[in-house]
Amino acid sequence: MTTTRLERASAGTADFLDQRTGIGVAVKNFARKIFPDHWSFLLGEIALFSFVVLLGSGIFLTMFFVPSMTEVHYEGPWAPMHGVEMSEAFASTLRLSFEVRGGLLMRQIHHWAALLFMAAIVVHMLRVFFTGAFRKPRELNWVVGFTLLILGLAAGFTGYSLPDDVLSGNGLRITDGVVKAIPIIGSYMSYFVFGGEFPGTDIIPRLFTLHILVVPGLILALIGLHLFLVVLHKHTQFPGSGRTDGNVVGFPLFPVYTAKAGGFAFIVFGLITLMAATIQINPVWNYGPYDPSPVSAGAQPDWYMLFLEGSLRLMPGQTEYVIGGYTLSLNVLIPAVVIPGLLFTVLGAWPFLEAYATGEKREHHVLDRPRNAPTRTAAGVAIVTGFFILVLAGANDLIATHFEMSLNDITWAFRVLFFVAPVFAFWITKRICLGLQRRDRDLVLHGHESATIVRLAHGEYIEVHKPLDEHELWLRVNYSSPRPIEIEPAEDSRGVRRKGYRADRIRRRLSEFFYADRIEPVSAEELAAARAHQAEHHALLEGEGRHSAAIPAEESTSTTVDVEATSDR
Amino acid sequence: MSTNDTPRHDELVVTHAPEGVVDPGLPPHQPRLGDTDPKASKRSERIVAALFGLSVLGSIGVVVAYFAFPPGESVSSIQQSNMFLGLGLAFCFAGIGFGAVHWAKSIMNDHEKVEERHPQRSSDEDRAAAVEVLKEGAADSGIARRSALKGGLITALALLPLPVALPLIGNVGADWDVSKFRHTMWRRGTRLMTDPTYRPIRAADVTIGSVVHVIPEGLHHDELESDQSFMDEKAKAVVLLVRLDERDLKHTEGSYHGIVAFSKICTHVGCPVALYEQQTHHLLCPCHQSTFDVADGAKVVFGPAKRALPQLPITVDDEGYLIATDDFSEPIGPSFWERVK
Repeated sequence: MTTTRLERASAGTADFLDQRTGIGVAVKNFARKIFPDHWSFLLGEIALFSFVVLLGSGIFLTMFFVPSMTEVHYEGPWAPMHGVEMSEAFASTLRLSFEVRGGLLMRQIHHWAALLFMAAIVVHMLRVFFTGAFRKPRELNWVVGFTLLILGLAAGFTGYSLPDDVLSGNGLRITDGVVKAIPIIGSYMSYFVFGGEFPGTDIIPRLFTLHILVVPGLILALIGLHLFLVVLHKHTQFPGSGRTDGNVVGFPLFPVYTAKAGGFAFIVFGLITLMAATIQINPVWNYGPYDPSPVSAGAQPDWYMLFLEGSLRLMPGQTEYVIGGYTLSLNVLIPAVVIPGLLFTVLGAWPFLEAYATGEKREHHVLDRPRNAPTRTAAGVAIVTGFFILVLAGANDLIATHFEMSLNDITWAFRVLFFVAPVFAFWITKRICLGLQRRDRDLVLHGHESATIVRLAHGEYIEVHKPLDEHELWLRVNYSSPRPIEIEPAEDSRGVRRKGYRADRIRRRLSEFFYADRIEPVSAEELAAARAHQAEHHALLEGEGRHSAAIPAEESTSTTVDVEATSDR
Repeated sequence: MSTNDTPRHDELVVTHAPEGVVDPGLPPHQPRLGDTDPKASKRSERIVAALFGLSVLGSIGVVVAYFAFPPGESVSSIQQSNMFLGLGLAFCFAGIGFGAVHWAKSIMNDHEKVEERHPQRSSDEDRAAAVEVLKEGAADSGIARRSALKGGLITALALLPLPVALPLIGNVGADWDVSKFRHTMWRRGTRLMTDPTYRPIRAADVTIGSVVHVIPEGLHHDELESDQSFMDEKAKAVVLLVRLDERDLKHTEGSYHGIVAFSKICTHVGCPVALYEQQTHHLLCPCHQSTFDVADGAKVVFGPAKRALPQLPITVDDEGYLIATDDFSEPIGPSFWERVK
């Protein structure tokens, strides 16, 4: 067998590496590792690739950005700022925009990538939530991902403040106000953060270190762990025939996913670059350097901070109290600390909460269809709804000016909606899920409507139903439908109250909240009866020799329903 | 890979389907156009190659744009430079991306493959062996028999954070003198100066309905004492001055012929309260929409703030310029725990 030079060279390299690392085993095990295919599995990849863009563009920016609050007079090419006092941080941001070729592009790439990074994380998290991908054995990886979400917020916050423009400066001032509201240690925490009084001269260098070293370092480490666990667990897959908790169906890493995921990385890079090339973001030269006096109306933070902004806007001020001479600012603490605290606690703890309610101990690798977990789906939609109301509230001034409505009325409407809308969303989502489960039941038992109405010899009309094919049937019957857990009674046979009953009762309540409302899955008897019934129809139709007049469906929709109802039940 | 003692993969499989329904296995493979038609396959190959070619053009475009469009001095010139560099780079990335994905989707083998999963837990034998090695290690260390070692190690480790954290926490808050933000630069006799033009304000020049952004005299880079920081002082001392018809004012103390001055820093979380509505005498904070009634001592009429904006008491000096008669009577800005102490 003849070998080309390229083949000899690569064999040589492989031999060199393998002799020193034994990498052959890893290649043998991983090169053809199977990953399932679904568009929603790309959401996490978008986050990963956005992070790569953030690292790349971020390195470029650090070459020119000066993280210093030393005051200088601007003398660069941007005429409106000539002679204006500004920090070196702001001046170097202007330099990046006006003097460094490609500097503005890198700034805009970095900012757009940050927005996309957070959006992709959130949407990826929703996918994992609604499909139940967080269940055993992936609870820990959910927590890792959840921590990445928090770190993403931290990265966004620390980076947003760096240019030291008037918008970001006011954002820091709000931060100072929130920090000061913390009971007992608030004033000291403010000094801790700012190195003395606000704004001081330490905050930009401190945020810079956090932003380019500490936070991205942690994110990088946790992304590594996140992906390691994905490989260890093997990816989840959507339900369907041939897919079980004991296998993984899909395409090999090499070459299909090397090309698909690698290609997708470049598509994400391209998309972010296209946005940066054509959509202006954070034009700090219009805002001017930070000055404690001016502020612009209609200024919103980046989208992932909007819910906090909205939360602060909605809370009525009456809730600040002076108790025994000490000020407790619940008007700040509730919206800025308690609400996000609750949101993040529920999110972080969800896999454990659900496992506790189910009492299930087995591993799950096949995803849930959201309809088959009605309470989870409804709770997810309720959380998203509450979050969305806060996001809208964070833009209430824009809503007021765009739609010429009263700002106060909008605020009041959101105050009410924040409590009402999630409850309503929960209720309606759960109904929709249960409705879809019922529909699955009907399809399994009766098949698809064929829109062909047949009159039998004795005058009865029936609609011909087409039974599901075996793949669709499997998809619609093979799902678990847990019942609320049973607990032992409060007293034993001798009437002694047993220990742990109270905890059991809480668990029972939680389980009932999750699983009390359920649609009974199709039983073997029901399926047999339905099949017998179908066979009967089939025989009748065969017996008629299909000579009876078929009535076109569109002429007789209403009668069809009646006849079908009487004939089928 | 599975040996006899590892948990078997079919332990994982649980079916919920009613009896009599069996898993029919994977659906049959649907051939793509290119699998059956060599022409379509050839076309896909050409499309992929063209997409990679597009990337090459993008790269060349970036090099051209780098030299052809310097950022320049105006917004339109930096936007032009940004757009051409960005479009080139976007094509450069997207060409590779779409090319690779199209290759994978239209040309690469698309028959699904199946791999077995194994339960995550180790086998009982492995677990037992793990416990055994840990026991051996613990025995080797002698920690079980020597409690002084255990106690010593725990105490040493427990104390370790202190020497590490103390210098950091000790220095990071500067002098920790949190009483500083209770006071501002305003004193009896401090003139009110316009911001940013830094001129004294003659009371007679302030017309009814007008608003003036004010800083204290002395808050200027050339006049500050060495221990004062311009930004820190300005962050506390900014004031908004408004002149109302005297009959509209509900309280006149601290005012001068209808001229009132209030701290510009919101009592909610500290944004500058900058929007004045002449008709209603309302001041609105654009950040969280706390609304203050200037005619009524800047009391809160709506929004998340609780307290009125602190008032700066003013009068005029011999020359008719507005001056403060004192500092604010309470700390300005957001609330904090020991604010009224």
